[in-house]
Amino acid sequence: MLYWLAIVSVIKIVIIVAVVMTTAAYLVLVERWIAAWVQMRRGPNRVGIPLTNIRLFGLGQPLADGLKFIFKEEYVPAHVDRRLFLLAPIVIMASALAVFAVIPVGDTLPAMPWLGLESPVALTVAPGIDVGVLYVFALSSIAVYGVILGGWASNNKFSLLGALRSSAQLISYELPLGLGLLGVVLATGSLRLEDIVGRQAETGLWFAFTQPLGMLVFLVAAFAEAARLPFDLPEAEQELVGGYHTEYSGVKLLLFLTAEFIHMITAALLMVLLFFGGWHFWVLTESTSGWTQVLARGAVLAVKTLAMILVFMLVRWTWPRFRYDQLMALAWKVMLPLGMVNLVAVALLEELAGGWPPLALVAAGWLVAIVAWVGSAYAGPLITQNRPTPPRILEGATDET
Amino acid sequence: MKPDDPQIRWLKEPQLGLAGKMYLPLIFDGLTTTARHLVGPKVTVSFPEQRPEIGNPQIYRGVHRLNRDADGRVKCVACFLCATACPAHCIDIVGVESPWPDREKYPESFTIDELRCIYCGMCEEACPVDAIELTSLFDLTGRSREEMVFDKEKLLAVYDATKDKEPMTSPSKGGTL
Repeated sequence: MLYWLAIVSVIKIVIIVAVVMTTAAYLVLVERWIAAWVQMRRGPNRVGIPLTNIRLFGLGQPLADGLKFIFKEEYVPAHVDRRLFLLAPIVIMASALAVFAVIPVGDTLPAMPWLGLESPVALTVAPGIDVGVLYVFALSSIAVYGVILGGWASNNKFSLLGALRSSAQLISYELPLGLGLLGVVLATGSLRLEDIVGRQAETGLWFAFTQPLGMLVFLVAAFAEAARLPFDLPEAEQELVGGYHTEYSGVKLLLFLTAEFIHMITAALLMVLLFFGGWHFWVLTESTSGWTQVLARGAVLAVKTLAMILVFMLVRWTWPRFRYDQLMALAWKVMLPLGMVNLVAVALLEELAGGWPPLALVAAGWLVAIVAWVGSAYAGPLITQNRPTPPRILEGATDET
Repeated sequence: MKPDDPQIRWLKEPQLGLAGKMYLPLIFDGLTTTARHLVGPKVTVSFPEQRPEIGNPQIYRGVHRLNRDADGRVKCVACFLCATACPAHCIDIVGVESPWPDREKYPESFTIDELRCIYCGMCEEACPVDAIELTSLFDLTGRSREEMVFDKEKLLAVYDATKDKEPMTSPSKGGTL
């Protein structure tokens, strides 16, 4: 029995790693497409099946990209701390992949007696971890080590600056991330991702409906944690060359870049699992017969995650990067108070509104969100006064802006 | 320069309304712009299948050609003005006595090194008989350096290939045919 469990676990690990890595590779292509389309270009559309003229809209591009990275020279500069330099990409990649151990991609597979599997197979690599969400957060904090190690071991001013910025940013945004999550945990009463999704599926009320403020805080913090624009300070190309991976090349750089995309997948998956109902979609996923249910739920989860990733990518080409003081002000002066407000509101609603109809809950959640957002806008914590007071306005200069 | 330097001109910032402070106009403007471009028409020309439009072939500076006159003879009179004008020294002419009564010399050989050429068009401007012209052919490729040194026959062949699409303009302007 234990023997079978081990084999099933290994199979699940292989499948999920393969799927995640392939998805990350294709997300590079999707990102390049979106970037091109937004800039009115066509994007990569030439590389198809190797050794033929079949183009397939450029779907062979990830293969070509990967081959290019593999055949690049593995250059380790002489001035780096060699051990840490080699360790950093491994740390970041391992922590990025290990997160997927607790992600539920559906409920359970039906038992397959003809394979020797007498009990249903849970569609999670490590099913039944009671602190699944904490595990995800702990591992995403370890990813900071990869960034800092890479920047420090590179022994290069740009890398170190990128790593410093990155560590400060990631640590600052863990707080709003945790506060956004806390509302969900409070409403569910469990730290298991399966339970959180199960609760949303059971009531049909996704937490995005009842806790829009928490969703907003978590979304912004997730952007920052994944180091996506407008929060890509760690590797701001225009200022820091490449940030913490300036000195890396070849497969090690590939590991860093892939880990970034895996972080984006993780962030999108968490958004979907915590706030958008995971694999739940009203009529589609309620079939009870084993395999159709599994397939429908997997497809729903994949489509939702992909849509979330597309939002991430579209946002990247929409807004410019934050200045560093604005980034910090946003975390500490806006997102943290908003997260607190959300937490208190959720706690109060959970305590007081036990018998309220769903519509009233949703309305209360949105009311809290709108009031809090307007309040934060009135307080205006992001508007910096860096001019001499009183500002001298030259005559005739008032109309120009 | 310090912030209180008297030379700095400070402009009045636009006052943000409530919507502006909530970043709403920013968010919607940005997203509508990117979404519009995402599905809008693309400007890229898929090159080998799709040829780019050349605005005015008459003034485009591509591969050279040697024009022929009405009798099909080379128009060049081997005056060396183009070779003199050429800043890249890529034109090499051997002039000999002309077999025809209407001119004194003609080029026995006329070679242009297309790899040295900087496509400035000065040869075209210098030519007194409108014999050398730059066409709108821009995708010139070759497999060896020798192949890219165009001789007289090749330059005349370029004229034969392009004369229908880009006729000589000199006759209509009162020049020689």
